[in-house]
Amino acid sequence: MRANPMPAAELPTTDTKAAVVAFHDVTISFEGPPVLRGISFSLGPRETRILLGPAGVGKSVLLKATNGLICPDSGSIYLFGEDISSMKESSLFALRARTGMVFQEGALFDSLSVRDNVAYQLIQEHVPDDEIDRRVKEALLFVGLEHTFALFPGSLSGGMRRRVAIARALIHNPDLLLYDSPTGGLDPVTSTTIIELIVKQRDFYKTPSIMVTHRLQDAFTMVTHRYDSEKGAMVPLPEGETDPNTTFMMLNEGQMIFDGSIHELVASQDPFVREFLE
Amino acid sequence: MAFEKIDRSAKELVLTVQDYFLFSFRAALNLFSRPLYWADFIVQSDIIGVGSATIVIFAGFFTGGVLAVQSAATLASFGATAVTGRFVAMSMIRELGAVLTGIMVSGRNASSMASELGSMVVTEQIDAMRALGVDPIRKLVTPRIYATVAMLFFLTIVSDFCGILGGAAVTVFMNGQNGTQYFSMAYEYLHYPDILQGLVKPLLFGFLISSIGCFYGMRTTGGTQGVGRSTIQAVVWASVMIIFSDLLVSILMVSIFS
Repeated sequence: MRANPMPAAELPTTDTKAAVVAFHDVTISFEGPPVLRGISFSLGPRETRILLGPAGVGKSVLLKATNGLICPDSGSIYLFGEDISSMKESSLFALRARTGMVFQEGALFDSLSVRDNVAYQLIQEHVPDDEIDRRVKEALLFVGLEHTFALFPGSLSGGMRRRVAIARALIHNPDLLLYDSPTGGLDPVTSTTIIELIVKQRDFYKTPSIMVTHRLQDAFTMVTHRYDSEKGAMVPLPEGETDPNTTFMMLNEGQMIFDGSIHELVASQDPFVREFLE
Repeated sequence: MAFEKIDRSAKELVLTVQDYFLFSFRAALNLFSRPLYWADFIVQSDIIGVGSATIVIFAGFFTGGVLAVQSAATLASFGATAVTGRFVAMSMIRELGAVLTGIMVSGRNASSMASELGSMVVTEQIDAMRALGVDPIRKLVTPRIYATVAMLFFLTIVSDFCGILGGAAVTVFMNGQNGTQYFSMAYEYLHYPDILQGLVKPLLFGFLISSIGCFYGMRTTGGTQGVGRSTIQAVVWASVMIIFSDLLVSILMVSIFS
């Protein structure tokens, strides 16, 4: 277990360049005490990091800082090898376009149809309509919602909105996926459907991702299951096996208190980790 | 304690003004670089221009009518009811056409901009737009600003025209005066500086309405309650700034052309 991550100065440069995302001693505060303090971690290619922690500890802030939606007060954040911590907003758009983000409540554009929501990035790039339709249908098929093509977000259920948001994040074949509590507020059956989609994405496209959640059950399902493309469903890994590319981080009071594998997590003696697990 | 509160409020005010200038300057400058969202400009022009046309026509017509009723009663005591047309036309074109149209559009559109953008902020749609690689100021604010400036210009002309017609209706049908005399008086005493004054104001008012509406919308915090607060602030400040800037422009124009 890496309970005390390496200070920024000691992190080798090659790690930063090779990593898809790297945080070095990042501190973020709004009005009042820091929301995040001295956060350091990295995400490698094909890796999935699950960020755990109770509500209000700064998980969403960390995720938004990853693609520059929030700027750090100190420290540096590397996205695709580029330091974005002091980058101008206009320079960030090109990097953000390479990431897909799923927001807590989906954040679909209410005034646009599902087709236009999913195709938002493609429309901005003036991709021909025929190709847009084809790719939207493909993305909606991936999330099992091809029949919602012409509907508006207002007529979708909470779970369907999240799935459309996942389709929107995937349509551009991103190099990084960020999931902000994708199952928050959903019933267990719908949550499992969403987690299945994330596992399918992880095992099918192997896109590196960071998933924020406070639901241990979802996190454990992700690490103990794989997507079986023959069966077209998520299946459990053999007893005792876990996905080696899926690892955990835990935040508490703005600090990273855990960074490691599932085995290290369950063996952790940190009182907060134990309390969270139990 | 009271001093600290005043100090904090003053700093917040200065910071807000600074943020507003940076925001509106950035939004206005976006017109000179790519990408430009012309489709959004057309949509907003339709919402703001065509959507506000009815209220502007009615407001202008009735204001002109009221001016004719009130001025005729006063002018009659001097035996000068013949100049009613001049009075109505000057009042509408120099002042009331622009100010009333500005306040009407402010009530209708500054509020809708603040609430629409505010709702997008609190439901993370603005963050989603940024995450998708699109600049929300360029996409949402710039088209609204230029659409409001362009449409308020034409709406003011419509309002002036309807105001003069409203004055004519009252003068002819209620006061029993001659319509030709009304229109010739309205036309004869109208000079280019009057028209210039009346058409410069809507350009400024349009910028103020849209930039203030979008500014409060984009800095919304605190959920649905925050959206309501932003909407109120946008309408109040846009209306106050219209009247304040009207005073400044009038002083400037009068000093130039007198």
